[in-house]
Amino acid sequence: MDSDGKAHRPETAGATESVARFEIRLTRCLNPDGTPCGELPPLARDAEALRALYRAMVWVRMFDRRAIALQRTGQLGTYGASLGQEAVSAALGCVMRPEDVLLPTYREYAAQFQRGVDPADILLYWGGDERGMAFAQGRGVQDFPICIPVASHVPHAAGVAFAFKQRREPRVAVCVLGDGGTSKGDFYEALNVAGAWRLPLVVLVNNNQWAISVPRAAQSAAQTLAQKAIAAGIPGEQVDGNDVIALCTVLERALARARSGAGASLIEALTYRLGDHTTADDASRYRDEAEVQAAWQREPLRRLRAWLAAQGGWDEAREKQLLADCEAEVEAAVKRYETVAPRTPATMFEHLYAELPAAYRAQRDALEVGASSSSLTGETDALAPSLSMGEGGGGGEPTP
Amino acid sequence: MTRNPAHSGSTAITLVEAVNRALAWEMAHDERVLVFGEDVGRDGGVFRATLGLLERFGPERVLDTPLSETLIAGMAIGMAAQGLRPVAEIQFSGFIYPALDQIVNHAGRLRTRTQGRLSCPLVLRSPCGGGIRAPEHHSESVETFFAHIPGIRVVMPSTPARAYGLLLAAIRDPDPVVFLEPTRIYRLVKQDVPDDGQALPLDVCYTLREGRDVTLVGWGAALHECLQAADALAGAGISAEVIDVATLKPLDMGTILESVARTGRCVIVHEAAREAGFGAEIAARLAEEGLLHLLAPVRRVTGYDCVMPLARLEQHYIPSVARIVAAVRRVMEYS
Repeated sequence: MDSDGKAHRPETAGATESVARFEIRLTRCLNPDGTPCGELPPLARDAEALRALYRAMVWVRMFDRRAIALQRTGQLGTYGASLGQEAVSAALGCVMRPEDVLLPTYREYAAQFQRGVDPADILLYWGGDERGMAFAQGRGVQDFPICIPVASHVPHAAGVAFAFKQRREPRVAVCVLGDGGTSKGDFYEALNVAGAWRLPLVVLVNNNQWAISVPRAAQSAAQTLAQKAIAAGIPGEQVDGNDVIALCTVLERALARARSGAGASLIEALTYRLGDHTTADDASRYRDEAEVQAAWQREPLRRLRAWLAAQGGWDEAREKQLLADCEAEVEAAVKRYETVAPRTPATMFEHLYAELPAAYRAQRDALEVGASSSSLTGETDALAPSLSMGEGGGGGEPTP
Repeated sequence: MTRNPAHSGSTAITLVEAVNRALAWEMAHDERVLVFGEDVGRDGGVFRATLGLLERFGPERVLDTPLSETLIAGMAIGMAAQGLRPVAEIQFSGFIYPALDQIVNHAGRLRTRTQGRLSCPLVLRSPCGGGIRAPEHHSESVETFFAHIPGIRVVMPSTPARAYGLLLAAIRDPDPVVFLEPTRIYRLVKQDVPDDGQALPLDVCYTLREGRDVTLVGWGAALHECLQAADALAGAGISAEVIDVATLKPLDMGTILESVARTGRCVIVHEAAREAGFGAEIAARLAEEGLLHLLAPVRRVTGYDCVMPLARLEQHYIPSVARIVAAVRRVMEYS
């Protein structure tokens, strides 16, 4: 700005040319009411596949509801629900192959369940037990744990993708983050190297419009988040994130592209967080109820159910049966969660290193002593064995 | 430490050459090992630590990354979780802070978070410390930041032989290792280092010189001054034991305690700023676990609690032989 407040416009010297143009494609198959909005992909006629997707979404919505109830009754810590965003992770779980690697954040439960993660483990994690991310069984045994520090896992995904490429394995690293995460340097740094090195990476932005209390518009002046891919030299596109058919179509294309060696993609799924950010949040402090009510008209379950019903692949009896089945399964998962025996304090050292260094054995042993003495006295006194820590601290190592 | 290299054989090499030799050995013997970072490929690293590796091992194992320290550390985590053995270089320690987030929040925790299902066998190498008249942000001593992080190892070599053996151990270690290389002694001394692939043990301190009256504890380049101070003190009839901490985390406190139990006095020397520096940890442990052996208060000779100065003043910041000798004389006043 000049001192008089006028915008400064430099004179253009010589000829100019456009060196780049881009457009961002938005894919949608079904309208919010479930009617088709154009030519549909084959998946839209595959009733069995659609019913599986619908089941995954209903399942996770019911799981969310139960998890929140557990939190409200003090049986779970802070929990981040996926209400309204079920289609994003259900589609991911559908298109990813077992050998691909998922690097999720905390709203991808449907994909995790489809990849074999026990829902009881997710409850265990939010219940405050690291064993919940052990994923002791399932197909995604190399999947990453839920990433809490926003977008910090996108570089990991680039590293995983590099390993696939270097070993010439036809596998894809799939990383999910939220709209707020696209403001982080980590996100761009990873996209940038994925472009430069042509890595088999798919980055999926779950744009639920709110980064806790900060709306999408305040997050970035870019018209779309998908166009952030352009600067990295990789394709970016938008998809209706409440349209599971569109999501599967777009994601499948991106995964196939990565698998074929053509490189990375960025996909921005336009969805909406119908609930609070987490159970520790109160979205009514910063969000209009009218906006939420409008978003409910576009939510993903209703849309697919309407399409299925129109195709004759769904009816009330099936819906009722599905709800009953899902409820029973969710309750079974809750039961499994509730019956997990607590760990002893000393286990906090169990997987700290591959083998616990001598320097820390005394601390671990003190926890064991504390645990056994508290079982006798009925109380835990972590400070009591501090003398024995001192005596054992780091001694006995050779001095070469 | 060989300060006056009498070795004329072709195996006498500098510390930075030892780093290069260890990388080459391990890459030749373990195809999972790869080296990446800024300018490590064609340029061979700004200090030449990776010289010749690109030609020898090819562009799939020696990679020049974009200029992104967060990415370098974060990518190493992804690679390591996939079974590769990445050795990532951060070009200067003053640029390492963006990587700190990845090491704290992910590398040090992945094994715990997944209960052993995933791990992070990575090495993050970085030149460290001042004394080479580098520009601003190139001379920081960052070891304490990393030494506070659970789940990792922090290693700093003090000689070519130690650099070779400890780097091999770091690469072979199944957990993340931050390997800090003191730039000041990259080329200060030459030493015979057989290229035999023999790793040295991590997690232990090394006694460089035995003594009777006082224990000097240091790591990295500071040991150079510690040994000179020990020479000077010997001339004055004071016998100093010198301990190279080598692996700061986990700390082998046993060796230090045993030494102080014999000498009764301890002076800790490090280049990083004093307040909340790693010397404070050792001093606190001596107070907790070795108090009854102490004949004098523990003293520290460190960098100052100010911004690392530019070239004209950095020699005043770095602990000098005179400052170490003076500190020893202070602790010797107690008898």
